[in-house]
Amino acid sequence: MNAIGWPNWRRLNQEGIVFAIAILLFAAAALGLPGFLTADNLVAIVRSVSVLGILALGMAVVIIGRGIDLSAVAIMAMSVAWYLQLLNTGTSDGLAFVYVLAGVLAIGLLNGFLVAYADVPAIFVTLATGSFVFGYVRSQLITQDAVPVPGGHWVELLGGVRFLDIPIEVFVFAGLAFLVFLFLRYTKWGRFIYFAGDNPVAARNIGVPVRPMLVLRYVLSALVALIAGLLTAASLHSINTRIVNSTLLYDIVLVAVIGGIGLSGGRGGVRNVLVGAALIGILLNAMTIIDIPLLYQNLIKAAILLGAIIVDGIINPRDEQTAQQGDI
Amino acid sequence: MTFRERLQAWRYNLVPDHLVGEILTKRWTDNAIPFLALVATLGVFGSIIPGFFKLTSLQESTRQLGEFSLVVIGMTVVMLGGGIDLSVGSIFALSCFSAVYVFFILEQSIWLALAAALCTGLIFGAINGYLVGFLRLRAFLTTLVTFIFGRALFDILVTAYAADVQLSQASSDVLDFIGDGTFWGLSVSVWLAIILAIVTHIALTRSRPGWHVLAVGGSRRSAHNAGIRVRRTVFMTYVFSGFCASIGGFLIACRLSGAGPGTGLNLEIMALTAAVVGGVSLGGGRGSVVKGLMGAIIVLTMTNGLIRLGYGTGTNQMVLGILLAVAVTIDIRWLKNRHKVLNEVYVAPVYLKMGETQSAAPGSGTSYELDNRLSAADHIGLGELEGPEDVILDRDDHLYCGTRHGEIVRFFAPDYKRSEVFAHIGGFPLGLAFDKEGNLISCVGAMGLYSVSPERDVKRLSAETARSWTSIVDDARLRDPNDCDIAPDGRIYFTDSTKRYEAHDWALDSIENRATGRLLVYDPKDGSTKTLLDGYRYTNGVCMAHDGKSLFFAESWACRVHRYWLEGPKAGTAECVIRDMPGYPDNINRASDGNYWMAWLGMRTPSFDLSLRHPDMRKRMTRRLPQDEWLFPNINTGGVVKFNEKGGIVETLGDLSGNAHPMVTSMREHRGYLFVGGILNNRIGRYKIEGADPDWTSPASYWGGKA
Repeated sequence: MNAIGWPNWRRLNQEGIVFAIAILLFAAAALGLPGFLTADNLVAIVRSVSVLGILALGMAVVIIGRGIDLSAVAIMAMSVAWYLQLLNTGTSDGLAFVYVLAGVLAIGLLNGFLVAYADVPAIFVTLATGSFVFGYVRSQLITQDAVPVPGGHWVELLGGVRFLDIPIEVFVFAGLAFLVFLFLRYTKWGRFIYFAGDNPVAARNIGVPVRPMLVLRYVLSALVALIAGLLTAASLHSINTRIVNSTLLYDIVLVAVIGGIGLSGGRGGVRNVLVGAALIGILLNAMTIIDIPLLYQNLIKAAILLGAIIVDGIINPRDEQTAQQGDI
Repeated sequence: MTFRERLQAWRYNLVPDHLVGEILTKRWTDNAIPFLALVATLGVFGSIIPGFFKLTSLQESTRQLGEFSLVVIGMTVVMLGGGIDLSVGSIFALSCFSAVYVFFILEQSIWLALAAALCTGLIFGAINGYLVGFLRLRAFLTTLVTFIFGRALFDILVTAYAADVQLSQASSDVLDFIGDGTFWGLSVSVWLAIILAIVTHIALTRSRPGWHVLAVGGSRRSAHNAGIRVRRTVFMTYVFSGFCASIGGFLIACRLSGAGPGTGLNLEIMALTAAVVGGVSLGGGRGSVVKGLMGAIIVLTMTNGLIRLGYGTGTNQMVLGILLAVAVTIDIRWLKNRHKVLNEVYVAPVYLKMGETQSAAPGSGTSYELDNRLSAADHIGLGELEGPEDVILDRDDHLYCGTRHGEIVRFFAPDYKRSEVFAHIGGFPLGLAFDKEGNLISCVGAMGLYSVSPERDVKRLSAETARSWTSIVDDARLRDPNDCDIAPDGRIYFTDSTKRYEAHDWALDSIENRATGRLLVYDPKDGSTKTLLDGYRYTNGVCMAHDGKSLFFAESWACRVHRYWLEGPKAGTAECVIRDMPGYPDNINRASDGNYWMAWLGMRTPSFDLSLRHPDMRKRMTRRLPQDEWLFPNINTGGVVKFNEKGGIVETLGDLSGNAHPMVTSMREHRGYLFVGGILNNRIGRYKIEGADPDWTSPASYWGGKA
């Protein structure tokens, strides 16, 4: 990568490859698919990846710090579902939002605490809390799978906001991407995330508050999930909790990993998320236009994700002598 | 004794504190937590749900348990090898579909359906294994992706063929039997799970491939460096997991006579939770099939119990989430802190009031009075040796000693300038003795009793004695064989100083001061080892009396010497002959004038004697201070004592300069010279004894003149 940000073709890396594939795919779809290269469709592409991209931003921050958050989708769907359920049962808006915000912060803190202070691997912590959040909210707090947005509520109105004929979530995505970019690139704490992800022990030795920052990352990820959930509810006028059992979670990981954010931490940035989101957005849109059934789309996505992981494994191979024990 | 001391003596000598540490050293404590959880789960759900333990109810739930256990066994093996397999649910579902497809749609025999299911599982497992094992991808994400892939494939296939399966007329008695029948009261799936569990358990604990799996999981790098084919081993664990999941899939195909969209759903998180709740460690190496099965029963009882209690959608996930989080956290914390806890609680001091002693201070006028004679000793092997605990000379005047490096070194007569490694043992050779045939018998620290022939063949004579029923630590193993001597009939009497500490931790035993030292005898005629005496505070040197009818042995931390009778009216009993010495006795050997030489490895100090009367203080010390700052007995000063047959002290030699022989663990008289060794010394000393018989040698004293 040179300073301008264009790929350096002599040293091809994953981001470069994916970017090239995305452009090729875009060109092929533009030539081959009728109705692809229209303004409406392009807006639809960007809109379709906005929520995914927002979630991927949160995931990216966690992954750069050598973690992973498998509870993101559960937090996204269940927090909003609970919020809407509270509204539907007559709780005042402010109080309901405070409840939900507190719940989201609590899960983020729990994730962070268990990872940072109890030294439990992040994948297990977040797998467990994701399962717990879904199970607890579904069984104790809400009564059916899908919860509608009450009529006239600001979440519903949010879904209708257009600016230059572009839906609001695209701007939210762009704004969040810019904020995360500034945070990662220009703040001290943003740089510390890279240090901690690259070598947690060394980071701790030079005085980086590694553990509190781990907690911070999981809290950030949970808050980002809440925002993504609100946007989803805004555009669909309801939230369906079955989304937790869908492949959305893997799409998020897919966007981050395929864009070139190494799972071993310390590398990548917002640009990688954008590249990954572009490829997935174009791919999903093209598949929808060709009219591939959803089930086959899952198959194709899984195949691509597998390919991305294999490439990641080849580019960053594990060394038998230095690999950490128990690093699964 | 004051009331306070009496209380302390009762508290610390009667309450068996040391058992806590000993229990924690046992590997079966790992099993205790999941086992208690199992009992609690069964108890709670058995009492809330009416008819939980009824036969029909059990049969239905055990059928499901059989299928689930098969999957968990596969998951356990993968986790033991340091990986994880999240695709078991997909393999399970796809295998189920394969069997259903072959049987109901192709209308082939049930055995062909079984073959199809197994093939599916093996191929899927091989793909996982190739990706994780050979391409070395991260197990969690890779199997997560293959799980999505398999699930998507299954969903496509099920929607495409569900109607055809419904319409199929195929049926088979075998299928019905596998699905619904029982054999000796148990369903086929339970039988299969039991058989597979036993086979897997034996394979893991008693076969080379199983050990390889545990080695790779325990330390991948070490396994790689030891030449184990790590990648192939990892590959095989995934193939095995695929195999197990496919049997489970075949069984559910028989039970439900079909495959639905819910087949194998959430199975991966259930299996993972089961393995972790059972105590199979994440990251590999620790765990067993039994643990996996315990976890399987706990998880299935909980999830099924909640469904039967009528809790709604999502409860399962909630409970699984809590179980997984709690179990993983406990597992990680336990693994991390167990050795810390063990280090803290293992030392369990006891109360002892040492008797008043005579002074050994120079100029005190007692028979124990130390002088400076040993500082004049010549040195042998200065700077070449490390830790000559015992020294001995053979009939040709060559000098032998053990070293810290696990060797027996020989110095050549007459000037002892040249040396060679006589034999490599591997452990730290402590006590030495020559038998009648000229074999060198040695007590090797942490290893046992060894014999080295004049041709240098090293042979193990004994490494264990009878296990006592009441001991929690394995007291059959010889932990710290310390000194030996040989009776005229060839039997070898030797000491094992402590049951509680490894040989290199011998100083810790002094802080605990628990009486666990033993006197043992090895009989070369039948190769047996027997425990003669038990319950001494660090048994140490052994020496046969000149007449061969009794032996002397030292009890170091109590500063006593005992005589054990081999024959005569008091045969088989011991009596104390020297008590309350000012030094800690070590090896004892014969002197030319009919008396005995005894080494002092250290000197008593008023402060340590006082601390022995304050076990609470020593306990706090071992828990709160780093080991460098503990109060140890003084082992920087010692000496050599000569005592007579009755236990009277004849004379005492010392090195007040502290340069040559500050502490002494052994000395051997030979042709008018005394050869002096010390376990912390870097030399052997040779001291000319005034007026000693210049022709007396130890081998001649034991076995007569030169043959």
